[in-house]
Amino acid sequence: MNNRLTELFKKKDQEVLNIYFTAGFPKLEDTVRIAEALEKAGADILEIGMPYSDPLADGPTIQQSGQVALNNGMSIRKLFEQLEGVREKVSIPICLMGYINPVLQYGMDNFLKKASELGVDGLILPDLPMDEYEELYKQKFEEYSLSNVFLVTPQTSNERLKRIDALSDGFIYVVSTNSTTGNETKSTEDNTAYFERIKSAGLKNPTLIGFNIKDNSTFLNASKFANGAIIGSAFIKAIEGQENLEEVIDGFVKKVRG
Amino acid sequence: MNYSVDDKGYYGKFGGAYIPEMLHPNVEELVENYLKIMAEPDFQEEFRALLKDYVGRPTPLYFAKRLSEKYNTKVYLKREDLNHTGAHKVNNTIGQILVAKRLGKKRIIAETGAGQHGVATATACALMGLQCIVYMGEVDIERQKPNVERMKLLGAEVRPATSGSKTLKDATNEAIRDWINNPVDTHYIIGSVVGPHPYPDMVARFQAVISEEIRWQLKEHEGTEEPDYVIACVGGGSNAAGAFYHFLDSENVKLIASEAAGFGVDSGKTAATTALGTEGVIHGSRTLLMQTEDGQIVEPHSISAGLDYPGIGPIHAHLFDSKRAEFFSITDDDAYASGVQLCRLEGIIPALESSHALAVLDKKQFKPDDIVVINLSGRGDKDLQTYIARGGY
Repeated sequence: MNNRLTELFKKKDQEVLNIYFTAGFPKLEDTVRIAEALEKAGADILEIGMPYSDPLADGPTIQQSGQVALNNGMSIRKLFEQLEGVREKVSIPICLMGYINPVLQYGMDNFLKKASELGVDGLILPDLPMDEYEELYKQKFEEYSLSNVFLVTPQTSNERLKRIDALSDGFIYVVSTNSTTGNETKSTEDNTAYFERIKSAGLKNPTLIGFNIKDNSTFLNASKFANGAIIGSAFIKAIEGQENLEEVIDGFVKKVRG
Repeated sequence: MNYSVDDKGYYGKFGGAYIPEMLHPNVEELVENYLKIMAEPDFQEEFRALLKDYVGRPTPLYFAKRLSEKYNTKVYLKREDLNHTGAHKVNNTIGQILVAKRLGKKRIIAETGAGQHGVATATACALMGLQCIVYMGEVDIERQKPNVERMKLLGAEVRPATSGSKTLKDATNEAIRDWINNPVDTHYIIGSVVGPHPYPDMVARFQAVISEEIRWQLKEHEGTEEPDYVIACVGGGSNAAGAFYHFLDSENVKLIASEAAGFGVDSGKTAATTALGTEGVIHGSRTLLMQTEDGQIVEPHSISAGLDYPGIGPIHAHLFDSKRAEFFSITDDDAYASGVQLCRLEGIIPALESSHALAVLDKKQFKPDDIVVINLSGRGDKDLQTYIARGGY
């Protein structure tokens, strides 16, 4: 498969910074503005969250940002409208993250086609089962050059990790702890053995560590074990209630990079 | 037509396990073990003994003479309201806590709507000496105060769910999040035939004792094991799944499910899932649910907290889709009137959930010699606040 994600990892395999933000948050029309600011500030990948009423894998921060976005009028249709022409403004890889139900309502085939046309490179759908993906959708993803990103956790067995690696073709999302997003009571430092296991598993795909990565030290620590890391809740908190998004985003990314 | 779950966890096209990877080990552990554990003789022995001596089973199958006279048909009430803790929910919590113990779990979590499942879970935990945390929507905590206090009295911690509609759906979200955060020592006792496989099947099997008893009890009363109709209310649908279970393949037995229409199917304040729902995924299961065009889950409404859920169990979506069961939508007003009527005709105060099943007697014409079994899933003590607020009795 060839898309901006696969190209990126050919050129860069260290300290890859993926930033998650919720589409339509803090204001409905902020989506592309934030994307542009993140690229300018030095993020490597954009992960745009499609808000959902019942986001099971997310903690309060991302959940609330999604609720604000939905109240602002965000929907998949609206997001696709906003992303028209985004490739004239943003050149780094874009992943869409969301839950399976809104995608099924939009229609998986139409969704993949439209996402691909707009220049999206990958999808993260945590509640799409592996078997369903393989049987029903894998071929379509490949047809549209869209990477499907799977999650692995400390509880994922080596056998399952191998299967996930075989089915993946962008990067593997290494969930740092057994938790929902942004749970600060869980430390990532206890998970060195788990990170070592993933690092030495001989995976064909690059890996990014996510969940509870929030600043320079957690980012650099994660980057020791993986090709980089993903920041979500901490970024949402940083831009919440901010007017001068460009300045805040530039400061945030620079601080994370150190 | 096959009405049982297949080896991938589907009822027809409904069911499955749409879960994030974080939940996979927990769910997989159950998939691999639940049937094995349930088949063990010592499990069956312990489960049956507790149902008999602790829960008080079998519950009576009671011929409701005055109700029968009023509707000119033969109405039997399956008295699940007489179970310990006041509803059918305890059948499942006793079963699941025995599974949890055999899996070595130390901590139990649950969601609850009306509080009946929460109380039944807190009860089972007290009995087994396990830590118990119950998630309950803030709105439900307000309207089901007696049950909140019962849970606390039994030693459970009640944690409010403050997101979304602050009802059953949101309590379920919070319980699932807790399970993600506690993947090793915790068992999640889901209270209905919802959630990822194997929950719908496991819960249905524990509730199947209801229809198992109806069969032999009806034989004693009427000389036949098979009634003409079995009627039950459906929120997620656990009491209905239990009441239908041993009749699913008896095509002579017509199955009727009543769901909560709230203010009316077209009022915008309803929980009538089959009337308004479309196919989608909720709480890990592909089923029928009330949702917007964008796939956002719609906040439901019902007078009864136990039916206030925007989806239904995948088994019921399949029974609806295959037309094996007939579905009725019952408004708050009709359910309330049927509840009050049962008090007056039979001296039984029913739960408002169960009143939705009773209300079918006004919606459908039955023949004088029809045998109609209505599953009286719970008693109405917990709804006294609502009865008092409505008044007019």
